[in-house]
Amino acid sequence: MVADRSPAVTLDAVTKTFPGKTVPALVDLSATIEPGQFVAVIGKSGAGKTTLLRCLSRAALVTSGTIRFDRTDLAALRGAALRAHRARVGMIYQQFNLVRRLPVIDNVLIGRLAQLHGFARWAALARHFDASQRAIAFRCLDHVGLVDRVWQRTDTLSGGEQQRVAIAKILAQEPTVVLADEPVASLDLSNGRLVMQTLRRVASAVGITVIATLHHVEHARNYADRILGLKAGRLVFDGPASQLTDAALFEIFGEFLTEPARRAESERLGELAAS
Amino acid sequence: MSTAFTSIHAGPVPTVPARQSVAGRTMLATLALALVFGLAARVVELRPLELVRDIGNVGVFLKGYLNPSFGNVGEYAWQCVVTMCIALWGTVLALVVSVPLGLLGARNLSPHPLVYFAARRVMDVLRAVNEFVFALMFVTAVGLGPFAGMLALGIHTGGILGKLLSETIESVDPGQVEGVAAVGAGRLHVIAFGVVPQVLPNFLSYVLLRFESDIRSASVIGMVGGGGIGFYLWDTIRSFRDGEAATVILLIVAMVMCIDVVSARVRRAAI
Repeated sequence: MVADRSPAVTLDAVTKTFPGKTVPALVDLSATIEPGQFVAVIGKSGAGKTTLLRCLSRAALVTSGTIRFDRTDLAALRGAALRAHRARVGMIYQQFNLVRRLPVIDNVLIGRLAQLHGFARWAALARHFDASQRAIAFRCLDHVGLVDRVWQRTDTLSGGEQQRVAIAKILAQEPTVVLADEPVASLDLSNGRLVMQTLRRVASAVGITVIATLHHVEHARNYADRILGLKAGRLVFDGPASQLTDAALFEIFGEFLTEPARRAESERLGELAAS
Repeated sequence: MSTAFTSIHAGPVPTVPARQSVAGRTMLATLALALVFGLAARVVELRPLELVRDIGNVGVFLKGYLNPSFGNVGEYAWQCVVTMCIALWGTVLALVVSVPLGLLGARNLSPHPLVYFAARRVMDVLRAVNEFVFALMFVTAVGLGPFAGMLALGIHTGGILGKLLSETIESVDPGQVEGVAAVGAGRLHVIAFGVVPQVLPNFLSYVLLRFESDIRSASVIGMVGGGGIGFYLWDTIRSFRDGEAATVILLIVAMVMCIDVVSARVRRAAI
């Protein structure tokens, strides 16, 4: 099922050079992400993964080329249109970026802020939300399995739980695209798996586009429909997990990541030396 | 409007654990606060209507100040310079007093709870005793004049800056401190590398803030023999030389404005 509002995300010859830098962070990147796809962006540190996400969220502007959500060019967004774009893009961060001193419920309700109108908008300034908004928050928390923690202060939760609260916040926000920047990099393996499963499950349930940077290739293989491999700002791999061969990984990371591939390489080098 | 999220948002609400009710506590706190503020209003004789009715009297009082007389302006300007010098050295003394007290009075750095307690209480005394009282005290030792005023300001401000410093130290990120301590560094090294870089910008900001407020304190401390423009402020007002008092007040305002501009520059350059 595809979300009725998820846009096609089109990158056309995107290049991003930060001011004062000579080497561009993204080089001539083109790709079209269909509505509802779960896309993993992999690559070494500094390959441009985070920059790509920041350009998509319009936290950064591209230097040349265009990024479009359906027909909307992100570079043209200003003021209210920019805020509307932010409301439609859900962000998940490595460090969760929740308001740590507030109770869990409030962090989920923060996801509702852009949806409030009239009196409810003003009431929210006093952290007051009506019963229907709270009911939505409860259901979103239930969806990530944390409804028993609603009233707890957010910083009393473990990292994995906090990231699931962040997912519940996204559910409350009703975005059309979710951008996740290293969502599991600060979590241990089993919590990381649980968060990835949760993210994948809710993405499939609502058919929403998810673009996640991941440095664990295994997570990308297990949960993504499509993998983009970045190397020094260039797109060097674009395909489904099944095509992510050892050779493709070598192209992206510049080294063999799996043990069999490493063994095969050393054997090959041995044969070369013998001949 | 129906979105892809409707399936999640609509439907039965899950069983939510009961929330500890804070309504009773909030009500009680509100009542208690209302009572305290109400009593305080009685004590300060809060009568806003009288202010409105008799506001004209203020105009009569101010009339005398509309014609500043600049006969002695040179002497007054010099006394402003004296005042600034008092504040300058007073702030230096305050630093000398506050840094050791602040370090010892920070819970996370203090070598022993008793030392912490003692440092905190000393700072309490320095803050609680007004700079005017200190000035009277020092006048008996060093005689009338700016030196007594500078000592008084420095000691009192030392207590204030010490408290601010220890509060700032207590709110540092412990992770960065631990990272330095973890290599086996000594206590002073831990402070120099783990604490000082975190505390310095805030502390500098407090020092500048206190310097500005010391300028204002120094401009009245002359009333009790602490030197500076304060003596003339007091003298002209008391002898009803309204024109000259107006000149003194104008000079003080100009001085405070100048210091504010300068310290804003320093703050921007240093932080």
